[in-house]
Amino acid sequence: MKKSYAWLSGILLLVISFNCLSAMNLYQFDDETKKARFKTLIHELRCTVCQNQTIADSNADLAKDLRDKVYKMIQAGKTDEEIKTFMVSRFTDFVLYNPPLKPGTYVLWLGPGVLLLIAGFFLYRSIRSKNMEEQSDIDENQKQRIAKLLAENQKDSSND
Amino acid sequence: MKMKAIVPLLIFIALVILLGYGLTRDPKKIPSPLIGKPVPVFKLPKVLKPGESVSNMDFIGQVSILNVWASWCASCRVEHPIIVEFAKKHPLNIYGLNYKDQRSDAKRWLKYFGDPYLSSAYDVTGSAGIDWGVYGVPETFIIDKKGIIRYKKIGPMTKEFMENTLLPLLKKLENES
Repeated sequence: MKKSYAWLSGILLLVISFNCLSAMNLYQFDDETKKARFKTLIHELRCTVCQNQTIADSNADLAKDLRDKVYKMIQAGKTDEEIKTFMVSRFTDFVLYNPPLKPGTYVLWLGPGVLLLIAGFFLYRSIRSKNMEEQSDIDENQKQRIAKLLAENQKDSSND
Repeated sequence: MKMKAIVPLLIFIALVILLGYGLTRDPKKIPSPLIGKPVPVFKLPKVLKPGESVSNMDFIGQVSILNVWASWCASCRVEHPIIVEFAKKHPLNIYGLNYKDQRSDAKRWLKYFGDPYLSSAYDVTGSAGIDWGVYGVPETFIIDKKGIIRYKKIGPMTKEFMENTLLPLLKKLENES
């Protein structure tokens, strides 16, 4: 019984690991830097059909074609920049998971920071006004009472 | 105090407008960077006559249309009869780009459903497709006399689109020198 479970888990592990490696294993590189560049690039390019997957993760036909294209371009000695330019000129900045900072993407890049600043400003204001309210809870009469009580207390303790 | 009570409401309204605007836009429609650019360089054999070829040079000199299609593409099945019908009424300078298909399937498709194209380029590997920025079939490009891409339609063309958008655009391009 135990032995058969071991077999099963072994097969399962094998299947899982094959699945993870499959996209990479199809491509043979003669040196490690090229392989690393390929891996980085396919994780930075969006599959334009599936929209929310990189071409490394996607099984779509187009993602495979784009992986092939990246592979061929790396083998042909193109730089990362050239490959990205190639993709952008065909599919726009949308193809990049890390789009460049330029007028068209200002909202995308700076928006969250601006929102945080606005939220911070309102938080600061609400905390400050709360403090003011707490202070103003005590009116003049009460203030005088406090002063009187404190003074009496001091008298008592000095008399001891 | 009154002003303060209005602020969340204003933020809410701004958000509704922003998100509402987002809803009207289809994320599947990526604007083509090729608009205003010349037709990408390519040369492919024809589907029906493998000995002859279609190339970027065919798009220079007259207003033309390139329709990307495939026999495996379900929306093309909807679009195709509309193109066939339309081509009967209006002389269209329309080329096909048969994208990642089998030649036998493509031939059968044209035989059964009609062939409105001057000719269809056979792009079995999809490499010309990448150069044209094709990511979903069907797609349609409208090209002016100088061979510059002027419009791209993603998804199937409808009769309304062809009558209200395509025809006026073709006429406009026809009148350009």
